Amino acid sequence: MQFGLSSEQKLLQDSIGQFLADRAPLERVRRFAESGEARAADVAAGLADLGVAGLLVPESYGGVGLSTLDACLVAEVLGRHVAPVAFVANSVMVPVALLLAGSDAQRREWLPRIASGAFVVGAALAEWNGARAGAGVVAAEGRLGGRTLHVLDFEADAWLVADASGRLHLVAADAPGLERRRLETVDRTRPVGELVFDRVPAELLPESDAAVCRRVLDAGRAVLAADALGASQAMIDQAVAYAGQREQFGRLIGSFQAVRHLCAEMAANLEPMRAFTWYAGHALDAQPDDAHRVVCHLKAQMGEVGKSIAKTATEVHGGMGFTDLLGLHYWFKRIGFDRQMLGTPERLRVEAARAQGLAPLAT
Amino acid sequence: MDLNYGPEYEAFREEVRAFLAAHGHEAPARATVKDPKTLAWQRRLIEHGYAARSIPAQYGGAGHPYDILKARIVGEEFARAGVNPGLGGQGINMLVPTLLEVGTEEQKRRFIAPTLTGEMVWCQGYSEPGAGSDLAALRTSAVLDGDHWVVNGQKIWTSTAHLADWIFCLVRTEPDAPKHRGISFLLFRMDTPGIEVRPLVDMTMNRNFNEVFFTDVRVPAGQIVGGRGEGWRVANVILKNERDSLADPDQAQARLNAIARIMQEETVDGRRVADDPVFVDRLMRLQGRAMSMQYNALRVLSASLNRDEDALLARLVVKLQGTELRHEIEGLAIDVMGERGLAYGSNPYVQDDGTWQFWHMFYLGLIIGGGTSQIQKNIISERGLGMPREPGVR
Repeated sequence: MQFGLSSEQKLLQDSIGQFLADRAPLERVRRFAESGEARAADVAAGLADLGVAGLLVPESYGGVGLSTLDACLVAEVLGRHVAPVAFVANSVMVPVALLLAGSDAQRREWLPRIASGAFVVGAALAEWNGARAGAGVVAAEGRLGGRTLHVLDFEADAWLVADASGRLHLVAADAPGLERRRLETVDRTRPVGELVFDRVPAELLPESDAAVCRRVLDAGRAVLAADALGASQAMIDQAVAYAGQREQFGRLIGSFQAVRHLCAEMAANLEPMRAFTWYAGHALDAQPDDAHRVVCHLKAQMGEVGKSIAKTATEVHGGMGFTDLLGLHYWFKRIGFDRQMLGTPERLRVEAARAQGLAPLAT
Repeated sequence: MDLNYGPEYEAFREEVRAFLAAHGHEAPARATVKDPKTLAWQRRLIEHGYAARSIPAQYGGAGHPYDILKARIVGEEFARAGVNPGLGGQGINMLVPTLLEVGTEEQKRRFIAPTLTGEMVWCQGYSEPGAGSDLAALRTSAVLDGDHWVVNGQKIWTSTAHLADWIFCLVRTEPDAPKHRGISFLLFRMDTPGIEVRPLVDMTMNRNFNEVFFTDVRVPAGQIVGGRGEGWRVANVILKNERDSLADPDQAQARLNAIARIMQEETVDGRRVADDPVFVDRLMRLQGRAMSMQYNALRVLSASLNRDEDALLARLVVKLQGTELRHEIEGLAIDVMGERGLAYGSNPYVQDDGTWQFWHMFYLGLIIGGGTSQIQKNIISERGLGMPREPGVR
């Protein structure tokens, strides 16, 4: 019995963390956020060298063939460093979809490109978490119509698109009839956008259906939760460090119980989420029957915990927390993104309840 | 990551299940102090190694090597079968491990075996009216007079004192030493002249708590565990175990399952509570928290098997989170039942013998007892996060 990380897994986290600390510190993140550059090519290339882009891509397709748990561990490090790179769609949802529902030819074509790190595939499944603003995609005769919002890893060369029946399609960025519009959000470390389809030719993943669509979503949800785990840990670490330097009333503020208890509450709420994330990552590969319920609970709970840590850690920093000077808000917003995308807590709890036989509610 | 226990353990699990299938019906519904049926069941459990499993045989235990997975399997299977797992209490859970660690050979031989069988019942004399969270401020004194200690003072929150044969008690023997170094750990009989026990009814209306008064109580000098002034260290050998035992995540899950059943049976204006999205959302919120504590417990368990795993913080948060969570779970069931949730005691509409109200209150007691939630936050911030202590606090 062993429920902990292997030395290989710790090494994976350490090497990615070291790279990001050296090559993508906050100044680099700021430059990406403020310049409006589409991709941080230098960061993406370095991470691809470490195997991040093709993490879930089997070795036979040029990737490193690791597990969903490993993807969660990597996402945790990316969140900790608010890394401005494509990951949740490109390196997780799209490979999962291709492996579950793609043809041999499609895998041979798309997976090695993803693993190379130079080619990015985004994912448009947002309407499966509840359609907003009348969005929705319909497929007919190999062409897509309609509109999809909140496309993840938006600055891409192609997108994975779910239609209303849950079938999945690949659409190239230069496909005729496709309109794209980047949508500004508070989190400027990960671009999202809108795609509008007017009889756009698309490539169907032949084995895809609503069940596959849900598994792709669940993989993305677990990874977003893991991203929030890392970002929340970074906020706690910064709050504790700040409380250990800042003096008021002739004392370190970290020696006041009012401040210490805020930090203890953050840690007490976050620490169990680490084991929860590991278990969910493990369940997605090893216990597919229960994974949906586990992942819904994980992301709902991480959404609540993350939100409270983002607020509390900012408060511990006092006025400095509110400024752009420290850049603490990059983590605050990252956590907000992870909470809102691919299912908010209320929505996920309804799905979890249904998965355990409760709440026959219409959605 | 490997969540399988392996073939040796699955075989052991089958053995426990077979025992429960054959003998489970002989167990008394609940363990009762000094009840002959309870004592007979306890002896049987020790014989089979399902109680006192890793206590050495020469001290009356089952003498198996310490194996946390087998201990866990025993716990899981007894819980699953709903069979009484034998006696607990402060003698078995706290004193026995303390004596094994720091007791003299004579103390081990004299006290452990009758404690394990339930013939020798103990209470714990720690807290005092002026020494709660700040336990080391305790003032009950013991002064050496010839070959006896003479004890004077008062203890409070003393569970089972009215039934106990013996007490393990923290007393101040070195009044001039710094407060943590002036304490000693004494063992003495509860029928010694000069001891008065007064019941202290708690909010559940149980009469298990007591105040205990000592007036010139004479204790043989040899009944000290550890040396003079070492009582604080002796007590801390096991205080942390007590904290973790207050928050069993499998029990929390069992209670959530029971609430889901009640929600499907309970109707308001003819409509099932299970169809009310507000209550479903509340249940799912608690379910998510309970799952996080289950996997956290799995991590803590794994870290005790695999030494390269660090789970310090995971362990430090268990008491705080586990007791708060259980209190909220019990409270949800009360809300699900509306007015009926108030039913207690003889009320014919009472659900599950009033256990929801009982545990709701009892867990508030556990949030306070064993180191309050506020003390837990001090511990987490100091030991887990390395934050500075409050200046001027001793």
